[in-house]
Amino acid sequence: MELIYLLFILVLSVFLGFALISRVPPLLHTPLMSEANAICGIIIVGALVSAGAQANNTLTIILGTSAVALATFNVIGGYLVTERMLKMFKKKEGSK
Amino acid sequence: MNNAFFTNFVYIISSILFAFGLRFLGSPVTARRGNMLSALGMFLAVIATLVNGDIINFKWILIGVAIGGFFGALVAFKAAMTQMPEMIALLHGCGALASVLVDWTAYDVNGASNLTNSITLCLSIVIGGLTVTGSAIAWGKLSERIPGKPILFTGQKWFNSLLIGAIGTLSIIFILNPSHYAIFLILLGLSLLFGIFLVIPIGGADMPVVISVLNSYSGIVACTTGFVIHNTLLIVVGSLVGANGIILSIIMCKAMNRSIVNVLFGAFGNVVKKISTDEKKEAKSINVEDAFLVLENAKSVVVIPGYGMAVAQAQHAVRELSELLEKNGCDVKFAIHPVAGRMPGHMNVLLAEANIPYDQLFEMDAINPLMENVDVAIIIGANDVVNPSSRHDKSSPIYGMPIINADKAKSVFVLKRSMATGFAGIENELFYYDNCRMIFGDAKQTIQALVAEFKQAQQH
Repeated sequence: MELIYLLFILVLSVFLGFALISRVPPLLHTPLMSEANAICGIIIVGALVSAGAQANNTLTIILGTSAVALATFNVIGGYLVTERMLKMFKKKEGSK
Repeated sequence: MNNAFFTNFVYIISSILFAFGLRFLGSPVTARRGNMLSALGMFLAVIATLVNGDIINFKWILIGVAIGGFFGALVAFKAAMTQMPEMIALLHGCGALASVLVDWTAYDVNGASNLTNSITLCLSIVIGGLTVTGSAIAWGKLSERIPGKPILFTGQKWFNSLLIGAIGTLSIIFILNPSHYAIFLILLGLSLLFGIFLVIPIGGADMPVVISVLNSYSGIVACTTGFVIHNTLLIVVGSLVGANGIILSIIMCKAMNRSIVNVLFGAFGNVVKKISTDEKKEAKSINVEDAFLVLENAKSVVVIPGYGMAVAQAQHAVRELSELLEKNGCDVKFAIHPVAGRMPGHMNVLLAEANIPYDQLFEMDAINPLMENVDVAIIIGANDVVNPSSRHDKSSPIYGMPIINADKAKSVFVLKRSMATGFAGIENELFYYDNCRMIFGDAKQTIQALVAEFKQAQQH
């Protein structure tokens, strides 16, 4: 039952994704991609559990900590670079 | 009320914030708010996971966050806008690697308890593995650490088929006997190897498609990892990112009039033939002074930039010229082809960085109907995207590719170093048209010379 409920979420999210992304103008496709990178860093929630749950196994500590570092890299790098790019998009001064 | 309920409730709020974040990216006016909302969603999700109670040891988490956060911020602030594609490729790779490591930990701790679990685990490490190394190669090609041209060797087709066959066979073995740790590791290793051979035969000009495809893979991996560790938020976000990558890949392929299969596998044993024209044609050139006189009398100008403009670092000079033209009573527009630049939307970012307002930037479909009324089209560092032979020459490799109709303008100036062909190695017949004039030399210096002419004229 669990599987079917996860698949349900998957299908609806894919539709949501297509609906949302197709409305983003080509003007913003590069920031869109870096934004996608940033939210892809959501894997951090999985990584946190990997790094923090089992403190007794060297392998999982190494894997988990590396995963946390990589995911944080995505989150911080993604959001900051998106913000940096979006800040540059300006309208013409004095235009209506 | 238990912890799991609370965590999942916060995950719902995060999903809503992510969705609104993407929705607000629909307009440059609201885009920054969208980015903030999305970041807030991420923050809430992290907090909810930390207080969940599963986590008992914070030491390693803090170390990981500190390292990742430091390098993330460093790269985000240091990367030049021309380097954006390689930065994106790097982020794809890191995201996929993080997913693979989470899968690995889950396998190490829990094993694969049932068939569903072993199938999703297998999918996750195969797609994840090839995304990691594929992104690394894309990053290398984009940053020119690896040669950009397709890397081909004899027997490549056989080698790749063998690799795919081995991955397929091992996947089935693993799914049936998920307790074999060695098979898990070999499968991961082969997937990593496959990613390398998947991307090395793809040329630098096709990187916009590769980046988009890798983007969707990184989303799919987040999704499959969500199935492995039963995390709904990963599934939601992974689907959003996956959809994003698919849409961008389709847009890029349409803009090059190629199928995705052709881009990804077209280079296998297929060498681009150089087409030589027999008739000796002469392109007419023009010097800066004469070009200035034409521009001074122009009422409307369309600038068509290509990546060559960014290579010559001419964006700021172009903005200066466009401001002087506007002061002179001329209407200036920028026409952006979808594949101008090294990734989707790259050219817009490069022009925005040079302080060119985004309401002056026009998409191909918006500008083409207006081209007939344009006095001067200035082509800077673009070539194939304005080649009219794509409309009628069936033998041309770019036949059918949508182009910006620069040739329809009353006069066309082409800023170019020499008569050399573009990426695709195709002769551009536009250069021999009667309304076309070449301005040879470094694009930046040419534009600066035109700016100087305008400034001189204003003083008199």
